[in-house]
Amino acid sequence: MSQPTFDTSEQPQFFLEEDHHIESSTNLGFWLYLMSDCLIFAILFATYAVVGRNYAAGPSPADLFELPLVAVNTAMLLLSSITYGFAMLQMERNAKAETLFWLGITGVFGAIFIGLELYEFINLIHEGAGPTRSAFLSAFFTLVGTHGLHVTFGIIWLITLMVQVSMYGLVEANRRRLMCLSMFWHFLDVVWIGVFSFVYLIGLVG
Amino acid sequence: MSLMLKRLFQVFIVALLPLLAGCDFVVMSPSGDIAAQQRDLIVVSTVLMLLIIIPVLFLIFYFAWHYRRTNTAATYDPEWHHSTRLEVVIWSAPLAIIIALGAVTWISTHKLDPYRPLDRLDADRPVPADAKPLTVEVVALDWKWLFFYPDLGIATVNELAAPVDVPINFKLTATSVMNSFYIPALAGQIYAMPGMETKLHAVINKEGEYKGFSANYSGLGFSNMYFKFHGMTQQGFDDWVARVKTQGTALNRDAYLRLEKPSEKEPVRYYASADKDLYKSILNLCAQPGKMCTDEMMHIDRMGGAGKESLENREKLEYDNRRVEKGEMTNSPTFPASGEPSRSPEEPNKTVNDNGGQPMQHDMNNMPGMQHGEPSAPAPDSGSSNPAPTQLNNNN
Amino acid sequence: MFSNPDLLKFIFGRLTLEAIPYHEPILIITFIGVAIGGLALLGAITYFKFWGPLWRDWITSVDHKKIGIMYIILAIIMLLRGFSDALLMRAQQAIAFGDNEGFLPPHHYDQIFTAHGVIMIFFVAMPFVTGFMNFVVPLQIGARDVSFPFLNNFSFWMTTAGAIIIMLSLFIGEFARTGWLAYPPLSGAAYTPGVGVDYYLWGLQVAGVGTTLSGINLIATIVKMRAPGMTFMKMPIFTWTSLCTNILIVATFPILTATLALLTLDRYVGTNFFTNDLGGNPMMYVNLIWIWGHPEVYILVLPAFGIFSEVVATFSGKRLFGYASMVYATCVIMILSYLVWLHHFFTMGSGASVNAFFGITTMIISIPTGAKMFNWLFTMYRGRITYDVPMLWTVGFMVTFVIGGMTGVMLAVPPADFVLHNSLFLIAHFHNVIIGGVLFGLLAGVNYWFPKAFGFKLDAFWGKLSFWFWLIGFYVAFMPLYVLGLMGVTRRLQHIEDPSLQIWFVIAAIGAVLIACGIACFIIQLVVSFIRREELRDATGDPWNGRTLEWSTSSPPPDYNFAFTPVVHDHDSWYDMKNRGYSRPLQGFKPIHMPKNTGTGAILSGLSIALAFGLIWYIWWMVAVSFVAILAVAIGHTFNYKRDFYIPAADVSAEEERRTELLAKQV
Repeated sequence: MSQPTFDTSEQPQFFLEEDHHIESSTNLGFWLYLMSDCLIFAILFATYAVVGRNYAAGPSPADLFELPLVAVNTAMLLLSSITYGFAMLQMERNAKAETLFWLGITGVFGAIFIGLELYEFINLIHEGAGPTRSAFLSAFFTLVGTHGLHVTFGIIWLITLMVQVSMYGLVEANRRRLMCLSMFWHFLDVVWIGVFSFVYLIGLVG
Repeated sequence: MSLMLKRLFQVFIVALLPLLAGCDFVVMSPSGDIAAQQRDLIVVSTVLMLLIIIPVLFLIFYFAWHYRRTNTAATYDPEWHHSTRLEVVIWSAPLAIIIALGAVTWISTHKLDPYRPLDRLDADRPVPADAKPLTVEVVALDWKWLFFYPDLGIATVNELAAPVDVPINFKLTATSVMNSFYIPALAGQIYAMPGMETKLHAVINKEGEYKGFSANYSGLGFSNMYFKFHGMTQQGFDDWVARVKTQGTALNRDAYLRLEKPSEKEPVRYYASADKDLYKSILNLCAQPGKMCTDEMMHIDRMGGAGKESLENREKLEYDNRRVEKGEMTNSPTFPASGEPSRSPEEPNKTVNDNGGQPMQHDMNNMPGMQHGEPSAPAPDSGSSNPAPTQLNNNN
Repeated sequence: MFSNPDLLKFIFGRLTLEAIPYHEPILIITFIGVAIGGLALLGAITYFKFWGPLWRDWITSVDHKKIGIMYIILAIIMLLRGFSDALLMRAQQAIAFGDNEGFLPPHHYDQIFTAHGVIMIFFVAMPFVTGFMNFVVPLQIGARDVSFPFLNNFSFWMTTAGAIIIMLSLFIGEFARTGWLAYPPLSGAAYTPGVGVDYYLWGLQVAGVGTTLSGINLIATIVKMRAPGMTFMKMPIFTWTSLCTNILIVATFPILTATLALLTLDRYVGTNFFTNDLGGNPMMYVNLIWIWGHPEVYILVLPAFGIFSEVVATFSGKRLFGYASMVYATCVIMILSYLVWLHHFFTMGSGASVNAFFGITTMIISIPTGAKMFNWLFTMYRGRITYDVPMLWTVGFMVTFVIGGMTGVMLAVPPADFVLHNSLFLIAHFHNVIIGGVLFGLLAGVNYWFPKAFGFKLDAFWGKLSFWFWLIGFYVAFMPLYVLGLMGVTRRLQHIEDPSLQIWFVIAAIGAVLIACGIACFIIQLVVSFIRREELRDATGDPWNGRTLEWSTSSPPPDYNFAFTPVVHDHDSWYDMKNRGYSRPLQGFKPIHMPKNTGTGAILSGLSIALAFGLIWYIWWMVAVSFVAILAVAIGHTFNYKRDFYIPAADVSAEEERRTELLAKQV
């Protein structure tokens, strides 16, 4: 090997004697996941924007949406985000029982949200305004339904975590997981605010 | 070893030359002004790029050879890895080419926009002020082409004709899936899509018989979805129109609905007359009785929909079930369709095919009589003035 | 019992005996071949008592190196499938003229060209690229594994599950007959009923989960786990291109997932996103799929660019010219790749300004790409070029890719595209860049990093033979397609009317046979190298006089990659270390913290196959059972809190001593 020679008097350090402390990638990784999920919603929103006025000579948002119901629904989800915040505060204080309590409340709000959404869906389908009625309704059901599915999985995850917290306590792994679910939950809240304004409010206004 | 291969390659190229000479590079030597301008663009952009590609190719070979390990005479400078001056050159050289090409692109894309009416017949002749363009409404069916000549009142299947040096305004749509209407000798392609209308403006400058086909895969019968395009003198075209009028049958809704059924290698058909609003209803997906037209639907939608009590509209707006004729098709696997008796549900068409549909179709264009077209084949169109059997309207 | 149709329908959904293609001789022969091969493989595994090690050391492994190798094995297996499709197509088009209908009816031929595209992109190029990124990136950045080792294993098995689902369609039912992007309305339930498109949809969805997660994983790895001192501008170029590729993956695969999900809803639920009727909009699908599809091209080619950058620097014995501009070029390409999707359908009737905009953005991409080409060129300038196999691929790439790039820019001029769109010219162009760019890069990478992965070099003779067959075969196969494109011949024709064109298709078929020889030589190369492995062994861990960190450790690297985390001072860090008299640490080893293996990924993958199969054939009980099982296994997995262990210092010490002895023998 004909390597040109260098000044070797200066010998920098080429390896760490100690363990390389790497900060956890979980937060970054989960953020990246949320962003990819966000793109899925972006596509669904875009689809809704493209076909949202194709009623196929059928009902339009003004005919279908009931704002009071949706307002209650929105309130449920927003409240659940607040109660999740309380759970996280309790977690910071290392109070296991209180954390579990607030998580439980969050789950209940989430379940009510899902229940109201299902009620709305069933009503619509009964009125003949199911997802196959028009492109507008296809996009509506898909967007709102995808969000609802996310919340459902969030609830399953929440229950799993509650079991794990009660079994193993607020150990570091559980804290990390609670943190991730927290991000997930608030993310769904943000998406819902988009759905509420973009689909329901704009739909009713014009 | 590489030398030997290079020589082999040279021999190969030389052997290919006569082959190349005998071929019809229709894209590079078209007969229509639009296609010719598009060809020019290919040439211009190639030449522009060769300005940089050729030096690069040369440098690749030169550096690869000169700086080989065994050539110890070549300079070796393992630490040389940056040169601002060189960096500027390697970014700005492609940039310059792209600026030039981008300008060409912007201008030519607007000039050759298929939606833009023509302003010249060829490089030397502008469109005369009194020129009356020929309008052709094109419908891509499964798997054949239907051409309406609204000004002349006639229609044809799988044969298109136009007089030379007369601007042609194409309006295109399709019935089921996306196709692309392409006559390489005439002009670049444009998609023909169901429920939508695209446009193409072109002119043919030379007499002749040219190929046209679908350039977008549209299902099983795609390979046979081609037609002949005739560039004719005005006189020839008038004769052709007269022939269509004398030999053709009538194209009304019922005849159309039978024609619309999937079939392959459809022979050329002439229609002496065509229902006036047929193209419009095909475009709006309401050729079938009882269907609501999409323009009407869109109008209702713009007005804010039809409210909750509009469920009956749904059925009127379902078009997408035409290829599925047999109920069980949706539920059972379509295997083994390879041996399927016929992809066209209608027996008569099959008979035509069995008679040697393809060569027959080939000859027919030059045959004065066109006897095969309608009378001899018991095609569904003969006697199409009869009202369609009622079940036809309901079987979907 | 068997006379009860309702019960049968409940148990088997729409799966009937009819779905087994026993009347297709080609498929029967294939099936027999696969069955014999499969049985032989299973027999061999049993005979050599390999089941235990296979499960413990490979299937459940979370080691990024093994996962990377498994990705590449998957890609090579799928390459054989995808390439046999190519041979069938070339053979069909070489004979189906005039009265001759060829040997493939449209029903079969259309499945083959669809499968060819889908398999080559999703199950050859993608796993190949992901495999390299998995294997190389942690080693190049001085890390011991990726950020989420279990997720890595899971991603691999989901990709494999997708591949298996696609392969099932060969023998049970049929594959899509829609072209590889399944444009509706053709791919809708109305025009393509049956299971073909459903195989396509579920296969891609399952694999897509793996791809997205692996993208997230690798971004996190590159961002968080670099060795101390390795700033972004000191990362090796391959790591840079991997980072950009994975950003593209995370930012585009969700679009594919959503788009395919909408098509799935159209087919299963009867929604109207892409239908002609009830307000649907098929053009929306075409837009959405290409918003994913165009960045996908760069997902494939950027890592290949990375490989070439590493190879050209190493084999020119010189630092890469213009490192910074290489990095910027990569980032610019990454961003621009989002702004060009419409050039795939200029002919769909967009306005002139829209077309011109997308045409020009497309051309702009050629500027950074051109800069990259010059950078490689000037890396060779004043170098000392050794023509080992990886370098041959690189030079072959440079020549071929320049031509492919030129035809690409031609296609980017909208009016020119009107005459070339969907023609064989287009086919020739994208094979020119995908074979000449991506595949050449991947094969260069195989030859380059193989000694790192297995401890012995690949046989050079067969490698060179493979290269020449590929290179010449490529030109013979695709130059005729350029010519045919200029004659106005369109793609996807099962039968061609004009017999005067036949000669060109015959030449193309000969080219395909030459490429087949290239692939055969590659396989022989692997076998011969394995047999001659003692002669080819490389004990140094640095057979090419490499420049980046992966060459600083042994070949194959120990489970923990580096006994001590390296500290980086320059972007060619290993070269820098060698130059400045680095001496390998021989003592002071500490226990090393490592993740434990787990079978969850493989189990979830198996369940996903069952889920997809149930969905494809409407076997709803299977769907329900496998879905619940997936949930249960996934949740069950989270109850395992003990996912790591320590390699004792004594083991590390023993491992390193072995290497010291080996190195001592070398000198």
